[in-house]
Amino acid sequence: MSTTATNQKTARRRRTFSGRDKATLGFFIGIPTFLHVALVWFPAVATIFLSFTYWTGIHISDIQWAGTANYENIFFNTPVFWDALRVNVVWLLWFGFIATPLGILLAYQIDREIRGHKFYQTAYYLPVVLSLAVIGIIWNFLLRPDGFINGALGLPISEAISFFGDDRYNLWVILIMASWRHIGYIMLLYLAGLKAIDATLREAASIDGATEWKTFLQVIFPAMGPVNIIVIVITIIESLRAFDMIYIIYGGTGGLPILGVLVFQNIAGEGASMKGAAYAVILFLLSIVPIIAYLRQQFREDAK
Amino acid sequence: MSSVTENKYEIISEKKLQKRKDAQKVKDRIISIFIGLFALVWLFPIAWTLFSSLRPYKDVRANGIFSFPNTLNFDNYFEAIRRMELPQYFWNTIAITVPAVFLILLLGSLMAFVVTRYSFKFNVALLLLFTAGNLLPAQLVFIPVFKMYLAIGDLVGDRRFLYDSPLGVILIHVAFQMGFATFVLSSYMKTIPKEISESAQVDGASVFTHYFRVMLPLLRPPLASLGVLMTTWIYNDFFWALVLMSTDSKRPITSALGRLQGEFVTDYNLLAAGAMIAAIPTLLVFFVLRKQFVSGLTLGSTKG
Repeated sequence: MSTTATNQKTARRRRTFSGRDKATLGFFIGIPTFLHVALVWFPAVATIFLSFTYWTGIHISDIQWAGTANYENIFFNTPVFWDALRVNVVWLLWFGFIATPLGILLAYQIDREIRGHKFYQTAYYLPVVLSLAVIGIIWNFLLRPDGFINGALGLPISEAISFFGDDRYNLWVILIMASWRHIGYIMLLYLAGLKAIDATLREAASIDGATEWKTFLQVIFPAMGPVNIIVIVITIIESLRAFDMIYIIYGGTGGLPILGVLVFQNIAGEGASMKGAAYAVILFLLSIVPIIAYLRQQFREDAK
Repeated sequence: MSSVTENKYEIISEKKLQKRKDAQKVKDRIISIFIGLFALVWLFPIAWTLFSSLRPYKDVRANGIFSFPNTLNFDNYFEAIRRMELPQYFWNTIAITVPAVFLILLLGSLMAFVVTRYSFKFNVALLLLFTAGNLLPAQLVFIPVFKMYLAIGDLVGDRRFLYDSPLGVILIHVAFQMGFATFVLSSYMKTIPKEISESAQVDGASVFTHYFRVMLPLLRPPLASLGVLMTTWIYNDFFWALVLMSTDSKRPITSALGRLQGEFVTDYNLLAAGAMIAAIPTLLVFFVLRKQFVSGLTLGSTKG
């Protein structure tokens, strides 16, 4: 008798929350959501709005509608935008066809436990934990006029190659620096994916007499579907956002033009036009495809 | 008759297989050497910085950077700590990183807890909002966040309440990274049996108790991984502190390195020591907490 009563009671409790529980749940969701919306989504929408305005940035009442003027200015009167876009595209191609595949191949070889694989894994993983600020300084030691490479080439300071200043070299040097970190990152991600693959798959392939290359292309790679998508998405997003490294080398002004940096140059310099906001929106539009691909991959199960 | 040919065929194929295996072994050796050489190249920039940091400047000036060192010591480190005021910058870093990581883990786990344990209509939508927000480029939110910080500062009567204050940098980190934490923790929570929650609710536990007494202890492993990863990320970030702080002495160490690089540009060895010191906490993560770092990184990207 008494047990059924408590059962009914608990059953009711499971369906309806007490006032205190409701308040607790409200706080639990409310605080994070408020913070996230106020500092991420609201500003994101505001930037999109601002990109269609002129604003000195001081009083809200000063905002003037500009229509698409900022975008027209960027597309038709700002050659540096096209230079930056070209750099971003080269960056993406480099990452997509050189750095990322190298990271994947490295992961594959290390996963096969070739001799010394533990040491190799450690070596390639090291740059991943370092700050870009530190990476900038480390590479500068090699590349500056009185640095290691100019010294090794036997060039005196007066004839030294300016790796960051010379347009013939700077993009490639920076891509190598960026790859130094990216390859290790991709290797780590892929290695985790490979660990999850059934070892018998590989054994079966080798018994069938497949070469390593064939095993990788025809057996391993297709089995890594979800990880492949993540790696592609990360490659695209990182190439578009490539900003920190340029910033640490050139200090935000001049140097190699790249979309992420143009946003900031146009905040300080031409604040009245909100051109910086327009650059940010262009950057956002370019990254929307990989973002959606990522979300689709991650929420596939939830959507079902 | 037929059995003999079969046998022959088997012997041949076994021989072939053995040959192929031997060939593969040779190939593996070559691959291993190649990857090994590559790994040494990979480590070289760091090794060179370490080497430079241990040499006295006088020694380099007298004999050039390629000379064999007469003395190696930690003098540059002590001098860097003193002249670059590194303790102050380290303290600034701690004042930002520790509260930020704590809040990210707390708020992210609360969010994940409600989204996975209580069924509301908007659960998936909320999770999607948080995950997508985490992927937005920082450039897209920067201008309004900057203006909002100044406006809120005027509102409370202290211009430096959020702008140019650790609080502002903490909040933007929390707002952004919470999305990642929520996503990772919610996919982990989905693997915890529902029965645990149900029995807690049957026992009449409040939402508060359910979270703190039942779920939180179970979340220790992913919280540890996420904590290490977030600490590394926030420690390494220099972007937000650079754009949201104007007083150099308040900036964290990675943001300060940029200025120090300009100031001590001629003092090659001192700068090397400064960079190595700034890298120490991340190197600690690399050597000691590597398991947590890697699993934190892969928790979010290779679900399933």
